[in-house]
Formats: sequence, C-alpha cells, structure tokens
Amino acid sequence: MTEQLSFECETGNYHTFCPISCVSWLYQKIEDSFFLVIGTKTCGYFLQNALGVMIFAEPRYAMAELEESDISAQLNDYKELKRLCLQIKQDRNPSVIVWIGTCTTEIIKMDLEGMAPKLELDIGIPIVVARANGLDYAFTQGEDTVLAAMAQRCPTNKLNPLLSQENNNNSLVLFGSLPSTIVTQLNLELKQQGIDVAGWLPAQSYNELPVLNENVYVCGINPFLSRTATTLMRRRKCKLIAAPFPIGPDGTRAWIEKICSVLDILPQGLEEREMKIWETLEDYLKLIRGKSVFFMGDNLLEISLARFLIRCGMIVYEIGIPYMDKRFQSAELELLQKTCVQMNVPIPRIVEKPDNYYQIQRIKELQPDITITGMAHANPLEARGITTKWSVEFTFAQIHGFSNSREILELITRPLRRNNNLDTLGFSKLVK
Amino acid sequence: MKLAYWMYAGPAHIGTLRVASSFKNVHAVMHAPLGDDYFNVMRSMLERSRDFTPVTASIVDRHVLARGSGEKVVENITRKDKEDCPDLILLTPTCTSSILQEDLQNFVNRASTESKCDVILADVNHYRVNEIQAADRTLEQIIRFYLEKAMKNNELNLNKTTEPSVNILGMFTLGFHNTHDCNELKKLLKDLGISVNLIVPEGSSVTELKNLPQAWFNIVPYREVGLMSAIYLENEFNMPYISTTPMGILNTATFIREINQILKSLAISSKEKQLHTNPLNLNFESYIDQQTRFISQAAWFSRSIDCQNLTGKKTVVFGDATHAASITKILVREMGLKVSCAGTYCKHDADWFREQVTGYTDQILITDDHTQVGDMIARIEPAAIFGTQMERHVGKRLDIPCGVISAPVHIQNFPLGYRPFLGYEGTNQIADLVYNSFTLGMEDHLLEIFGGHDTKEVITKALSNESDLTWQTDALQELQKIPGFVRGKVKRNTEKFARQNNIKLITVEVMFAAKEAVAA
Repeated sequence: MTEQLSFECETGNYHTFCPISCVSWLYQKIEDSFFLVIGTKTCGYFLQNALGVMIFAEPRYAMAELEESDISAQLNDYKELKRLCLQIKQDRNPSVIVWIGTCTTEIIKMDLEGMAPKLELDIGIPIVVARANGLDYAFTQGEDTVLAAMAQRCPTNKLNPLLSQENNNNSLVLFGSLPSTIVTQLNLELKQQGIDVAGWLPAQSYNELPVLNENVYVCGINPFLSRTATTLMRRRKCKLIAAPFPIGPDGTRAWIEKICSVLDILPQGLEEREMKIWETLEDYLKLIRGKSVFFMGDNLLEISLARFLIRCGMIVYEIGIPYMDKRFQSAELELLQKTCVQMNVPIPRIVEKPDNYYQIQRIKELQPDITITGMAHANPLEARGITTKWSVEFTFAQIHGFSNSREILELITRPLRRNNNLDTLGFSKLVK
Repeated sequence: MKLAYWMYAGPAHIGTLRVASSFKNVHAVMHAPLGDDYFNVMRSMLERSRDFTPVTASIVDRHVLARGSGEKVVENITRKDKEDCPDLILLTPTCTSSILQEDLQNFVNRASTESKCDVILADVNHYRVNEIQAADRTLEQIIRFYLEKAMKNNELNLNKTTEPSVNILGMFTLGFHNTHDCNELKKLLKDLGISVNLIVPEGSSVTELKNLPQAWFNIVPYREVGLMSAIYLENEFNMPYISTTPMGILNTATFIREINQILKSLAISSKEKQLHTNPLNLNFESYIDQQTRFISQAAWFSRSIDCQNLTGKKTVVFGDATHAASITKILVREMGLKVSCAGTYCKHDADWFREQVTGYTDQILITDDHTQVGDMIARIEPAAIFGTQMERHVGKRLDIPCGVISAPVHIQNFPLGYRPFLGYEGTNQIADLVYNSFTLGMEDHLLEIFGGHDTKEVITKALSNESDLTWQTDALQELQKIPGFVRGKVKRNTEKFARQNNIKLITVEVMFAAKEAVAA
C-alpha cells in the first residue's frame, strides 16, 4: 500500500459470471425487447441456474441452442436463425431482437454482424448484435457490449424538426441500465441544478432510444461501460463527461459537480445535500468505521464501492477487479486517491485479473472483517470464520444516487449485524 | 439450432465435475472460458458446501485462441499438483474446448510426467451426451483407470471379504437427496448383516478403488449413474450387481430378495470356503415382513381411511428415469392413485422406462422439452403433479399441487433434515409427500359441502393470458359458488368450450352446457 495508485496484474484465474448474464436485467429494462443467446447447453445451463426463479416468468429471452450439425456447418446458420427469429416474432412480436454472441459463435466464426442486417430486412424487426462472450469479457461487461451495439441504433436527429431546434446544443444523455425509479431519481437530482436529461441509453423501450449527435454530452453511470463510452465518442461524435460514478453520497455529489462544471453551471446546495445523507447513515457508519474490507473482484463496481467505503471510514486491503480501464475510470481513480489522502489511509493495491487462489492465501493472512466475493467462495470462507458479502448483490441492488447510499450500507453491514447476533454462540469456525 | 428456454439435464462437463468433486482429494481442471466455472457456485450454494469446490478453470481467452492453450493447461495442472497435492487431476473439456480440437490428451501426457498426481482427460463428447450420461461415463473411466493401474502394479487384491459386503455405486454431489438415501441404504444393509465395502464416488478416495473387487457384489441405486461401472466390474471381475431401486415398499422388498438371491448363489458356489465362516441367515423374508408391516408406516397408511380418499385421483409423474418410474409404481400399486401420464427426460433410457411403467399409466411421455410437459399437464388437469422444479412451477401457474421427486432441483431440495427416498424410511417420506400434496381428505369433503372457504374474486389461471371472452355477472356469481380448488378448472373448461363453439359471452347456460360437454 502506497500513496500513489499502483496496479498489479495476476493470472486471471478468478471466478465471475459469464457476461451473457446481462440479458437478465436488460430484458427487464428494455420492455419491448427479446434477447436471443446463440450458444450451447453450457450457456443455457448457466442462465437457467443463475437466474433461478425469473426463468419461470415466461422471460423475453431464450437460447438458440447450437447442435452438432450447427458446429460442423451442416446446417445453414442464416436459415436456422431466420426460422427461430420468425418463431419469436410470431410468439412475442418484440420491437427489437438482440443476438448475444457467445464463445462458440466466436470460435466457429459465425458472422452474426453480417447476417443481422439481411435478416432484419427479411423479417422486419431490428436485430442488434452484441458479442458478450467469456473469451473477452467478465460479468457486467456484457451490458457494455449490448449498449455499445445499441448506441449505433440511436437516431441522429429528432423526427420532429421543431423539437430538434431546441435540443440543438448541449443536451445531456446518460448511459447505463438502471431501474426506472432510479432513473427518475437521478433525473430529478440533475433537474434541481437546472439540467434536463434529454434521454437514457437504454430507454424503457427500444423505440425511445435517445438522439445522439455531435451536440450531445454523454455521461456514464456505471464503471463498466467503457466500450459504450468509446462508441459514443468515436462513432456518434458525442462529448464524454468523465466523472466519478454516482455511487455513495460522495460519488453522487462529485458526479453532479462534474456534469455541472462541463455544462457551465454553478451547483447549488450539493454540499448540504451530501452532509444530510451522511447524517442519516450514521447508525450504519458506526458499525463499519475502522473495519477492513477485501474485494476479490468480479463485477467492475469495485473501485467505486471501495472509494465509498473508505470515505465511510473503512480500510480497504485489496481491490480486485476483472478489467481496469484507466481512462474511462480516471475521474473515479482520482477521487479514490483524494479520498484516501483525506481519510488518511494508504491507497489499497488494485489487482487486475486476480488469481482467486493467491487471493485466498492473502485473505487468510490478512483476516479482513469483510470479504466481498462471488458465491463460489462465500460459503467456504464463512465456514473458515471469514465474514463475506456476495458481490453479485451489488449488481442487482439499487445503489445509485444520494438516496440509495443507505442500500449499499445495508448490504455491507448485513453480515456484521448477523455476526453481532450470533457471536456469543461460540461457533464461528465450522471446518475441521 | 433449437429454441430453448429451459433444460432438464445440464451439459456434459457438469456431470464430469460432479463425479470428480465427489471423490476426496480429486481436482478437476476445466478447459473453459471465463464464467464457465458456475458449477462452483451451484455446489457452494445448493449443497451449502463448506469446502472450496476442487474445480479450477484453465481459462480459454483470446490469447489461447491465437496461440493454443498447451503451456497454460500443463502449467495449471502442475501448479494445482503442487498447491493441493491431489491424488488425481481430471482435465475436463467443455463445449468451447471441444470445438477448438486441441490435443488435450497430449497435454495430459505432458502434465502427468511433471506432476506427482495422476492426470486423466475426461472422455466425454459435449454435443452427444448430457450431464447424466457424462457422469456415468466419467465414473466408469476413473474406476477403470485405477483398477487397470492396480493390475499393472500387481496391487490388486481379488480376495473377497470374509463377511458379505457390497459397493454402492453412484452416490454423488448435487444428487437428489443422495446423502440421505446413502445413509438409509447403509442402515438397511446393516440390518441384513452386510457390510459396505466402498461408496463411490461420494467421500471415497481414488486410492481405495483398487479394493472394489473385494466386495461380494455391487448396488446401483439410481440407473442414471453407476450402471456403466457396475457392468464393467461384472465383465472384468465377475461381480454381480443389483440395479433395482429400493424405492417404495414393493421395490425395496424386491431389492432385498435380489440380495438374498445373490448371497445364496455366491454361498453355493464357494461352499466350503465361506458358508461355515458365515453365520448369515440367508432368509430375509421375515425381515421384509416385519419392516413392511410394522416399521415402515407406508403399508399401514395405504390401508388407512386417509389414503382411501386418494383412490383413483388423477396424477402426472415426470422426472429422471429412476425416480419417475419408481414413483409411478408406488402411486399406482401402493396407494391406488391413477397416473394419467408418466414421463421422463432421460431420452437415452426411454426403452427401459417404457418397459417399467407400461401397464401402470395411460400414456408415456419421453421428452426433454418442458413446454410439452406443461401442455400435457394443462390438458390432463391432474389433482396433483409429481415432478421436477419445472413441474412445480407449472403447477403453481395452474393451481395444481406438486411434489418434487426428481432433479433438476432447487435449494429447498437439499433439506437439512433426514429425508431419504430409498428404503423403509424412504417409504414414509414418500407417503408424506404424496399425502401432503393433495388437499387433505376431510377438508376436501367439507369444502365441497360448504362451497369453499374463500369468496375472493376469480383470478384467471389459464395458460394463455388472452381473454376475448366476457363473463356475464350471474355466470360469475355462479362461478364464485364453486369451491376454490376446482374453480380455476371449471373456468378454464368453460372458456375452452366457449372458444370451441365460438361463444363470446359466457352465461350461466354456457357454463352448464360446458359442464355437460366434458361430462364432469
């Protein structure tokens, strides 16, 4: 641990979810979509087990399960996909079909991007192709690939010329998938500073995708959206606001301040707002001050969460992270560094592509108060007396904006509160 | 390509990993892309495993696609050998690695020269076999490997144990109630004076496998996994095996009689050597009788007036071949229920299944498509379903109770309490499960007399959610009078009838006409 940010890289032998898991939250977010995952039984088995109960609610996603004849090219991919997509059109009639390319389609070099425009004309439904595979990406990066593909489909100008007039300069579009209540909350937060959010990528429905052109400012709300950011800048000529992410009251304030400064607005009342939120968190803060955290790393939210927890008074030993885009996260990294100085704690080591085996050796040595880890390691660590919190919950819980800071601490303190309840019982180590 | 939302049996590598991680001190190295180690989550969450799952991935990424994964796989194997000192490392291919067509066997050969442990490549084809078949195959592969190794090193001890003993083949991790079943089997065998030589693979060590031939015979409790190994042991070492599943009173009795038969024939063939040292009473009939009539409550339950109320009730059974066949026979032979349809997703074992349930059910369904099963249930409208977690959800939607009798399963099917399906305690558990799945007899009767306990609005429970039909107010009122638990069914029947006859407005008359049409 030093005063400067330092980055290490290990072997990449770590546990995370496959990026195709993004269909689970994206199909719910984009209400008129249908996600078709083109892969094997392995992909299907993962989705079915990882998404548990949701599968039974007649989801708007399915597998195009590749069989031996597809792999050995005895069947025509185009004809096969056309058959399935027509069936989907007939059963569900979605406004867009998103094809999720997987490891298998990569290896057999199935030309999804080439087939999609042809099939789109043939069946009359837009087809968006996202290669969310485990060869290239981890967990939440799946959303990044889908949004990057979707950014290409956003209109350049409003169809109504009268409307396009008033939005001509400096409109703001936010990118990242959030539940609609948080979208409303963040919109309101910016409105109080006199900023109207022109649209979100993704919107609630495919037909409401926002206008993107060189007059549009874009800002991300999640740390794993670097491909989307790149696409927005390079392909759609948008202007990217590089801000810390609105996670925790400190992050939310910094996020709004950065947007204000780019749009030449003097932020009003933010400091008081942040202070108010911190006051309401005091009961939780008492539980975690001075406690230590170890992030094993699997969903790319780690830098922002660590920064927030350090500001809460915790000590972070290690930030494991699957992939670190230093440019897209630059403002967040800067805030992390500043926070460490402010709180007078050393800057934790940031370990990219971690090795879970080595990490567990370090955890055994350091004995952190909380280890934030995937479900594969949670129970075995608990049995060894190491308190854990499943990292996946941070992906699905509502953690953005001022008012949801409490939600993050609710999650973080849960195992500690559980410990307080059980600690007098005398059995915390349950392996021989 | 196949449009699929859900599958009953997982991909092949899951079966291989289940076998590998059931053995003590065996490590599996998957040749797989990032995210394919989801098995570890399942084992840690469903089975609430306290130990780290002995499975790691040798990650296939872009670099591997470009350069091949040779060094990486060998490195990962030798590294694991040093870190954990396992007895065996099993290199497990996945669907991704099987299309890369790298020479994994070559990596295994190289790695085994550099490591202390044994290294094997799991021999499964991802596109031809599923989880269950792969598990069966892998278990046989490991057993064969260690017996051949022992033969080569002259370490094989072919002398039988002095007391009669068995191997139990096919108990393993993430199996449906396997741990409980295993304990119940041990108890049953102990009652019969038979000791357990080895339980494979759950909890056993690969170094013990060379002792397998010392048992007198083998037991394969579930057809799905273990049969290949049993056949191999029979061919190579002349060991008889029993593949009858001791589930239900009658099957358990058959199972014990088969043991009896084997012991008798073994005793005759080795007369001088064994019989005088073995004080075993070779007649198990009185044990069967005692257990059936007084220890197990199931035989008495079938006679009791509670079970009378279940007579002739319509049910549907679906699951793996072992459980679906056994439960079908229990429902029909031991409880007097009617099984309108029995089915399995074990397509590879369809012939056996047909042979087992023929005569006990009106129709047989062999499919791995859950929508077909759902449609069949909706069509039959049974009083209860016995199936997998999928059928439980179909049941919820149609308001039909469901008892879960087979994998695929959810975390609630890994109970902490003792819940075997096999043996005499198993018969009690199954009787409870069946009985609790129905509306209780007396309550059922009273509901019919008093018109149900609720006066809630009718909720549509139809599989299709479109409603082009209008219910007239007095027809709705009439519907309210029908007891809650059949109301959905009456509503669906009426709507079906209306649609068939192009009726848009449902009146009381239409309701009665519909009732007459289905003669219910």
